Amino acid sequence: MPDWKEPIRKQLAELKLAPAREAEIVEELAQHADDRYRELQARGTTEAEARRITLEEISGHELLTRELAAVERTDVSETIALGARGQGRFLTGLGQDLRYGFRTLRKNPGFAAIAMLALALGIGANTAIFSVVNGVLLQPLTYPDPDRLLNIFESNGEFSHYSVAYPNFLDWRRGAHSFTDMGAFRGDDFNFTGSGEPEQVAGEYVSASLLPVLGVAPIRGRSFLAQEDQWGAACTVMLSYGFWKQRFSADPNILGRSLTLNATSCRVVGVLPPDFRFSENARVYLPLEQYSSVELRTRESHPGIGVIGRLKPGVTVAAAQAELSSIAHALAQQYPATNAGHGAKVARMKDDMVGNIRPTLLLLVGAVGLVLIIACANVANLLLARSTSRGREFAIRAALGADRGRVVRQLLTESVLLSLGGAALGLLIARWGTSLVLAAAPGSLPRSEEIGIDPYVLLFTLAVSIVTGVLFGLAPAFHSANANPGESLKEGTRGAGGGRHRTEGVFVAVEIALAVVLLAGAGLMMQSIWRLWRVDPGFDTRHILTAKFALSPKAMGSPASIRAAYRELLGRAAAIPGVQSAAITSLVPLGKSDSEISFWPGTGRRPPVDRMISSMFYIVTPDYPSVLRIPLRRGRFFTERDNLDSPPVVVIDDVLAKHIFPGQDPVGREMSLIVVGPVRIVGVVGHVKHWGLDSDDTANVRDQIYFPVWQVPGKFLSEAVTGLTLMLRAGPEPAGLVSAVRAQVAGPGRDQPIYDALTMEENISGSLAERRFTMLLLIIFAATALLLAAVGIYGVMSYAVTRRTRELGIRAALGASRGEIVGLVLREGVKLALIGMAAGLLAAIVLTRFLAGLLYGVRPADPVTLTAASLLLGGVALLACYVPARRATAVDPVIALRCE
Amino acid sequence: MAVIYMETASIDREWKKGSAELLLLSLLETLPRHGYEIGKLIEQRSQGALRFHVASLYPLLYRLEKRGWIQGRWVEKNGQRRRRYYRLTSQGRKVLASQRRGWQTFVGAISRITGVENA
Repeated sequence: MPDWKEPIRKQLAELKLAPAREAEIVEELAQHADDRYRELQARGTTEAEARRITLEEISGHELLTRELAAVERTDVSETIALGARGQGRFLTGLGQDLRYGFRTLRKNPGFAAIAMLALALGIGANTAIFSVVNGVLLQPLTYPDPDRLLNIFESNGEFSHYSVAYPNFLDWRRGAHSFTDMGAFRGDDFNFTGSGEPEQVAGEYVSASLLPVLGVAPIRGRSFLAQEDQWGAACTVMLSYGFWKQRFSADPNILGRSLTLNATSCRVVGVLPPDFRFSENARVYLPLEQYSSVELRTRESHPGIGVIGRLKPGVTVAAAQAELSSIAHALAQQYPATNAGHGAKVARMKDDMVGNIRPTLLLLVGAVGLVLIIACANVANLLLARSTSRGREFAIRAALGADRGRVVRQLLTESVLLSLGGAALGLLIARWGTSLVLAAAPGSLPRSEEIGIDPYVLLFTLAVSIVTGVLFGLAPAFHSANANPGESLKEGTRGAGGGRHRTEGVFVAVEIALAVVLLAGAGLMMQSIWRLWRVDPGFDTRHILTAKFALSPKAMGSPASIRAAYRELLGRAAAIPGVQSAAITSLVPLGKSDSEISFWPGTGRRPPVDRMISSMFYIVTPDYPSVLRIPLRRGRFFTERDNLDSPPVVVIDDVLAKHIFPGQDPVGREMSLIVVGPVRIVGVVGHVKHWGLDSDDTANVRDQIYFPVWQVPGKFLSEAVTGLTLMLRAGPEPAGLVSAVRAQVAGPGRDQPIYDALTMEENISGSLAERRFTMLLLIIFAATALLLAAVGIYGVMSYAVTRRTRELGIRAALGASRGEIVGLVLREGVKLALIGMAAGLLAAIVLTRFLAGLLYGVRPADPVTLTAASLLLGGVALLACYVPARRATAVDPVIALRCE
Repeated sequence: MAVIYMETASIDREWKKGSAELLLLSLLETLPRHGYEIGKLIEQRSQGALRFHVASLYPLLYRLEKRGWIQGRWVEKNGQRRRRYYRLTSQGRKVLASQRRGWQTFVGAISRITGVENA
């Protein structure tokens, strides 16, 4: 066989390929030439001829070099740009470092485990909080182009985010050009009957335009047509994905089926996608105009309607705000009686959703960051202690020619390895911690369903662990690199001295200082919660059960039958053994809802709306004050005789009395309520903190008016039937009554469900949820910090005792008492603790200011809390020092001296 | 309009660059093959109408390999010199499918215009 390789190689020479690559191509082409040569011979071509043809085919062609150059060139230039040699050396070096790092850590499993555990606590807590921040604050909403979605509110003198009057929404929608469209919605509960047990389901009334505005399409069927969202149209309904799956077993033939909601038959037209999270609980969606209430017809009512608009591309929020303001202004001039003083306010949907929780979450990010710093300081100290004992190793390496950079790199590789191990463990802690956070914050975290460990969270953890590894590795690494090889070798196993102990001391002091800050924060939150629980809400919160209920569809026929159903229900509830009194109310104090009414004193002409006064408005039955034990200040409360046959009456609270009738007796005076008309005041009761134990004092609307259920005019009564609450005063265990209440309320037709049954204490605790959530997390962080700081100071003191074994032995031999030796060791620890506590106090005074918004009845720099926090830490530090100090007394002088 | 334009543009690209690639990828679809075998198969199956020159066949194989569509491996079989066999990667499989579609669109379009029946 002729040699093909040489001619091929010659051709490739000018390409200057890498030798290995060139050899590969040469071999492949030579193989090809062999095949060709054999084939030609097989066909009967002479040997010489076959050789000539083959050679001609594989060589003498510029084409081959040109084509190959085009393909292989990229390699050539890459080689030049990156400098393959340098890169290669770096990578091999890194591989070496990694292998060596693994080996060293494996040789010290105890050290590695403790360091990784400390880091896992720090990184895990940070990952958990970041996954919350990521889900709540960072991730965009799950709608297309979510930044163009705005929430639109009405605003007036009292509220900046007021619910919208439906006719105003219609005018905004018609008049505004900044938006592609607007949609409106109103949450409500629906009595779902005729399909097994009666059930109360949460739902939303939505305008036909809402889904298109959000950019969401049903996965089955369609969204509402404009003609379905009209007064008097046949009822249609869309189901949430979960409801469709659970209640209808994901029936593929669901479209066209009918559901009975609030005694109306509604045809299913669509099923929403599984990730549609417009409303947390809503299971059914009905066209807004199915809410066939007079409330939709008047600008006077603001029946909990929210509005969302989608900005046209390129239109700014400010431009949209300006346009809506001018429309609202025009409406105010056109309808002064209802719209005077009313404006419109826009806010990005996401900001509106998470704006309130943002400061709290950022605060927690800061707090959890401190925990990580403490963990880092801890591990840095461990590494420092170890680097001293490894002094010989580095000295030998330096003596053999390793430069400083190489040693630093080796140590940093080890610390990053440690922190990556910590991060892996931390992710487990984070998974568990995230579910803990979510369990601690039911309802107080918006978008909580979007919280989880996703690629962003993993990336964050990775970044944090690498940065952490470098941070805590730097000091020990430089310390080792700077050590004088000669000294280290001479010193033998006793390790190096001086600077290291100072660095260690600084780390411990920093740990203590940061732990003081966290403890102070947790202490302040605990105090606030404790003080809030002791605030007098204006009624007796104990032994009360509240439950929402829905009336039987059969009772909904007429106002008279509705009233009769209420009476019967109250009678049955009051007869339950253990129940002392029962009432029905439209609003629960310290609950999540509010309802206002505008009024003016006297019975004169109605002033424009901005001259009227707003008051909280409760529609209640006569036993309401006896259930809540609200004190009667003057006059009387309602009786059964305050009904449609008698003149309309109200009871006011003492805040309204002082506000409108200062220095006078309001009983017997008259005032006028919008929609209702003139009423006579028959009594004054104590004020109830409706808005929250903390915020009621500063709320814009504090006046309260009570109105008897039995005097609600028939045309409003049918709307009042949803969302009413039954309240019972019972014995010490009101929660135990729930099943009895459920059975009694259900009635003979078993079609009157109760839902959301809560004790009043649970209601209050719900109103404190955000604070409690912050408190709980701060307590966890503070406890972790305390533990880490204790371990840190213990580690340093133990090491100090080992280091001073000889000295202590000599002292003991010279007759120092046990007490003296303990004192000697303690003194060192106490000095560190005191420095840390002082620094911590100063830092706490500055940093606890960020908590101010969450505190109640206690100042951020509260001296008692701060002192308590630092004393607690001091105590723990002392304890952590005492154990090694005790051990010091056990040093046997003879053995200690023999160590040398 | 836009749709038609895009279709034409893509056909053009396929036509100019893709036909040689399409041939190689198709031949590797079922079995790994070495360069000489590929060249022979193209010649045989086209009944001599298409022939690949060494100078364009191998650079093209290297190019496809670089793109990750095919992967070459030295294989030594009993009693033979070792040869470099190329096989289709999963990415290559996707490219092949899309090039096939493009080619069919192209051939269909040409036959509709010229009145030549699709073979």
